[in-house]
Amino acid sequence: MISEQLLYSLAGIGLFGIGLRATLLHHMLIPRLLALNVCGAGVFLIFITIAYAGAESRPDAVPHALVLTGIVVAVSATAMSLALGRRLEALNDE
Amino acid sequence: MIELLWSVFDLSLVLLLLALAWGTCSTRDVMRAVTLFIAMGLLLAIIWARLKAPDLALAEAVIGAGISGALFLSAIKDYPSTITVSHRTPVLQGLINAFTLALVILMSWAVWHGLNMSDGIRLSDQVVAQAPVSGVSNPVTAVLLNFRAYDTLLELAVVLTAVLTVLTLNDRRYSHVVSSPLLQGMTHWLVPLLVVTSGYLLWVGAHAPGGAFQAGAMLAAAMILLQLAFPSRRQQFSLYLVRFLLVIGIFTFVVVGIWMLLLNDVFLAFDPDWAGTLILIIETMATLSIATALALAYLGGRPMGWEEGARNNSASTENEGAG
Repeated sequence: MISEQLLYSLAGIGLFGIGLRATLLHHMLIPRLLALNVCGAGVFLIFITIAYAGAESRPDAVPHALVLTGIVVAVSATAMSLALGRRLEALNDE
Repeated sequence: MIELLWSVFDLSLVLLLLALAWGTCSTRDVMRAVTLFIAMGLLLAIIWARLKAPDLALAEAVIGAGISGALFLSAIKDYPSTITVSHRTPVLQGLINAFTLALVILMSWAVWHGLNMSDGIRLSDQVVAQAPVSGVSNPVTAVLLNFRAYDTLLELAVVLTAVLTVLTLNDRRYSHVVSSPLLQGMTHWLVPLLVVTSGYLLWVGAHAPGGAFQAGAMLAAAMILLQLAFPSRRQQFSLYLVRFLLVIGIFTFVVVGIWMLLLNDVFLAFDPDWAGTLILIIETMATLSIATALALAYLGGRPMGWEEGARNNSASTENEGAG
């Protein structure tokens, strides 16, 4: 059980690292937002790995609810950032 | 033997996930980055199912991959299609790499200790113990709509705030793509199916994976599909109805909360006898609000006639159309 948890939490950390590095390196809006979403997905994965309690036992429902909230907030923030970016582009064009 | 197969499965999922993430973050083609990102979302949905989080698998497939993907795909038209190489100086790039590496090492250390820690009081035991009085038997729904209902109320407020920002900033985005008969024909079949599935997810959320967020996102997907297939058709409903649907979820939530405050002296403390019904009412209204919010977010701004709908109160009966 520990080995699965270890594997998936390492994947989560990897995802976080890849996303964070790309978020800081990119300067265009869409690649940056994509990278930030990847980074967030890594955090979600670590959370759910910690909630996982083996093949036989019931996982912890509280992190599941938190991550569900996180997914919805992430998509809202993405929509808002895209709208802000579009407005900025429109202002730059004027 | 079975265990070995599981290990191979786990390892291939993880490697594929990391490869897709790396591809998303390093490709120079925006379209390709978005496509890889959607693929990564779908793979994550499989991983959630593997880690026994089916509620999240549903949410990730519909919201993480579906709605986010649609948002990005509609947004990339506004920007150049190639990602220019970073303008950061080599020193800054080195600093970013070092910072990321340090954070990754720190997180590995923290997670390693977290995994090896002896189990203290796990919240899951309390959730299972209190489930009978929550009104629903799906533990995730019980946490979302009963034990931590405050979080979900504020989450609806976050979604509303984000959409209000989108509506304030821009007019809606117009697509110049001519819709194909194939898409229109498929939409005739798909939209009723999506609506039924959404209703099913809403209802089943009380005792099995599902719930308001998955159902709302699926309904939003149906609206987006209609928008894609029939971009020029005028919608036969008032924009006042859209405004009403946008706030009905959080309004119901607050009204129920205050009602419980008057009844039990605690905000959002449900009576065990009533909890199931109240949660279903809140979830139904939240589904409508989330669907409207995500569909408006996809449009990227105010639908046509949005301001007129606000100004002429007398014109509300004339079915203000959105493009």
